[in-house]
Amino acid sequence: MSEKRVIPGTTIFDGDVARTGYALNKMCYSFNEKANREEFLKDEDAYCTKYGLNDQQRAAIAAKNVLQLLAAGGNAYFLAKFGGIFGLDMQDIGAQQTGMTKEEFKAKLVAAGR
Amino acid sequence: MANIVGAITTTHVPSIGGAIAKGLQQDPYWKPFFDGFPKARDWVAKVKPDVVVMVYNDHGLNFFLDKQPTFAIGCAPEYKSVDEGWGIPTMPAFQGDEDLSWHLQKSLIGDEFDMVTCQEMVVDHAFTLPMAFLWPDQKWPVRVVPINVNTVLFPLPSAKRCYKLGQAIGRAVAAYDKNINVLVMGTGGLSHQLEGKRAGHINKEFDLKFMDSMVNDPTWATQYSDVDLVEHTGTQGVELLNWLVARGALTGKVTLEHSNFHIPISNTAAATMVLANN
Repeated sequence: MSEKRVIPGTTIFDGDVARTGYALNKMCYSFNEKANREEFLKDEDAYCTKYGLNDQQRAAIAAKNVLQLLAAGGNAYFLAKFGGIFGLDMQDIGAQQTGMTKEEFKAKLVAAGR
Repeated sequence: MANIVGAITTTHVPSIGGAIAKGLQQDPYWKPFFDGFPKARDWVAKVKPDVVVMVYNDHGLNFFLDKQPTFAIGCAPEYKSVDEGWGIPTMPAFQGDEDLSWHLQKSLIGDEFDMVTCQEMVVDHAFTLPMAFLWPDQKWPVRVVPINVNTVLFPLPSAKRCYKLGQAIGRAVAAYDKNINVLVMGTGGLSHQLEGKRAGHINKEFDLKFMDSMVNDPTWATQYSDVDLVEHTGTQGVELLNWLVARGALTGKVTLEHSNFHIPISNTAAATMVLANN
């Protein structure tokens, strides 16, 4: 097998990652429905058990840490539904992952347009 | 005989749905983006499409990873906008054009594009927002045919393959025996990356080159692999594949009617193009 190409700071969501993250992504997919979001908020731990998350995935969910969620096999499109439960927007999430403040992250985006 | 009037390609950033719901179109942050649409609407009013063939990517609403088609076509009487989990208001349902859907399904599969056929399908912001840009009152005057492209799970269909799918759509519409006007739309992009330490990646130079190629050199982007596109445009910038499908469907003389480019909307280089097909 050929070596995978590495793009720094970037995960290519391929079959290897999809295999690792299936339970986590399936749980996040369930958050399309309001009743499931409410059930999760009532008892996060029980909800993670219901979807069969492993310890790494449970810890990442508990920490609401996006880099940890990605490392545990999460896909951005599904994780966005998890972030939505807590009203996090994409600049909150961007700031968290890059170690910037939200204002710094927004300024970086504006600078990209110049 | 059916006629493709042209293509409109546009960004579909979810937070734009929130801005519409709050009436922020004239707000200084949003205005440069929404200002791109009056000219697009004028052009649409002039060319009078009967049907929109909407090329977009589902974001984990209709499709989960249990079944992830590379290309799918909607063949349903109606497509509902439903809860995506993060509070974007839903929109009125869209009426399908079943006759054209089944014609395309048959023609594309006959042309060796093995589409997944969907007789039920719900649609997310990548479909609904571009419709609302063109028809802000959300009273849809057109029927729709959804074409979904996988941008979730790698490998993605190649840029080259996406362009060829567009060409096959162009041939299929040209061979359709009803006298209707078809507008093709391609949504998503341009450069953006939501996740990882590289979150916030934007590539203005590449985007501008790509927009120029959409008019003058439509196969330019087909030189890139899916991972090349990630490197240049970010993990979600790959949504430009939908633009390539739409562009491929234009088989006549293509002229640029209007374009708009603004950085940033949310984490994205936001762009709109209106291309006439004569």
